[in-house]
Amino acid sequence: MLILNCPYCGREKDETELAAGGEAHLKRFGPGSSDQDFEGYLFDRANPKGLHFERWRCAAGCGKWFHAARCTATLEVFGTYKAQTLEPPKTIRDAITAKRPGWSWRNFS
Amino acid sequence: MKRNSVFAVAREAMRQHSGWRRTWGNPEPKKLYDVIIIGAGGHGLATAYYLGKNFGITNVAVIEKGWLGGGNTGRNTTIIRSNYLQDPSAAIYEKARSLYEDLSQDLNYNVMFSPRGVMMLAQTQHEIRGYQRTAHANSLQGVKTEFISPARVKELCPIMNIDGPRYPVLGALWQARGGSARHDAVAWGYARACSDMGMHILQKTEVTGITQQAGMVTGVDTSRGHIGCKKLGMVVAGHASAVAEMAGFQLPIESVPLQALVSEPIKPCMDVVVMANTVHGYMSQSDKGEMVIGGGTDAYNAYTQRGSFHHLEETVRALIETFPMVSRLKMLRHWGGIVDVTGDRSPILSKTPLGNTFINCGWGTGGFKAIPGSGWGFAELMAKGESPLTAEFGLDRFRAGRFIDESVAAGVAH
Repeated sequence: MLILNCPYCGREKDETELAAGGEAHLKRFGPGSSDQDFEGYLFDRANPKGLHFERWRCAAGCGKWFHAARCTATLEVFGTYKAQTLEPPKTIRDAITAKRPGWSWRNFS
Repeated sequence: MKRNSVFAVAREAMRQHSGWRRTWGNPEPKKLYDVIIIGAGGHGLATAYYLGKNFGITNVAVIEKGWLGGGNTGRNTTIIRSNYLQDPSAAIYEKARSLYEDLSQDLNYNVMFSPRGVMMLAQTQHEIRGYQRTAHANSLQGVKTEFISPARVKELCPIMNIDGPRYPVLGALWQARGGSARHDAVAWGYARACSDMGMHILQKTEVTGITQQAGMVTGVDTSRGHIGCKKLGMVVAGHASAVAEMAGFQLPIESVPLQALVSEPIKPCMDVVVMANTVHGYMSQSDKGEMVIGGGTDAYNAYTQRGSFHHLEETVRALIETFPMVSRLKMLRHWGGIVDVTGDRSPILSKTPLGNTFINCGWGTGGFKAIPGSGWGFAELMAKGESPLTAEFGLDRFRAGRFIDESVAAGVAH
């Protein structure tokens, strides 16, 4: 059972109390963007085997969206952080580096 | 290769079974092949088989990281059906189902195809309308299905409780020539036939990189050295994104675990395949007597080949209401497979941005039923550069918005 700590309400929630929201830090493209950018925003996904950044919602709790850094191969959770950011905060990056030196994910490392 | 037959069995019985040969070879890799297929699961082996059978291309290697048929081919619930809503889906799945009909004769290997009938239960008013629509669409597509009454459901599957308070059975979409087959035998049969044509099946050979020159593929780096090729086919299901990344492009795919479980063997009690999509429970009885149960997918990406326990609980909870007699069955085994799910829940059989490289993936939670049709179409695509079966399943459909939207048609992953 996957357990994540909601960074807003501070409660530990298991996956039945959460809603998974897919890949995090997607750059949004809308009307007027190129077909390629729009396709990438809607469909192309990193889908890595390993470190992944993703969105979750504290569905049965405070209801807020937050982000998590998690390994898709081992289900290890490196940390969760608030969604009002365009990139993972330094504390999360350091926590990942401590366990996975040399990591990279899309443009982050 | 000696042919399997009743005479072969009798002959070997007379000489202590000393004459059986290995089902497929275990060769050393050559330096160069005309075609390399990455992934020796059902789809990869079927592609190789039809490349040889239909197009005479036999200088082929099928490269497999683990063991043959050890991925989703060995992990699914073996349901075969073709009752899809959209025309391109119905075409390729019905091609597959029709090839299954005489696959044992074609391969000279018993894949135990059992057209016992598949019913998809309608348990909500929405599903009734959806399945009636599918049945009408299937009539136009030449796929024989019908919408049947609850009484007929009970007649076909007496162990079912059709009056459940929460999930009553209001009817079903019935495909009489759907059914099931022995999943391992499908992989083994194709592998045997490929090996017999002189193709190389390289197990325990992990692809670590894809080499290219001037936008064209030149070969693959593997744990057994570099192997050259003129054309490359990627058929790796859940790991499609990882292999595509080696080739330098991204896919509209997310990989999630899908779970299944089997019970202890019991006496024959159910001779049809039942799917209950509202509650994500699928059940059939294997020839050994085990009840084979398929569940739903996890909501988040993972490569763990096991799923979340609560999904299993939900599946079993719903099945117990529909099949009260299974409530005291002990479950023997439980496992997960990594399924590659696309945005429109339809597969990708396509050229790729890398020249002479083709990809077959995105079958999601329903790839087993498609193995022969997928191999047939993908082999044609690789050999000729186009195929009527795969024309609508290109990667470009996501950019153009030409979805084959089985996700909305079924209301669930499937």
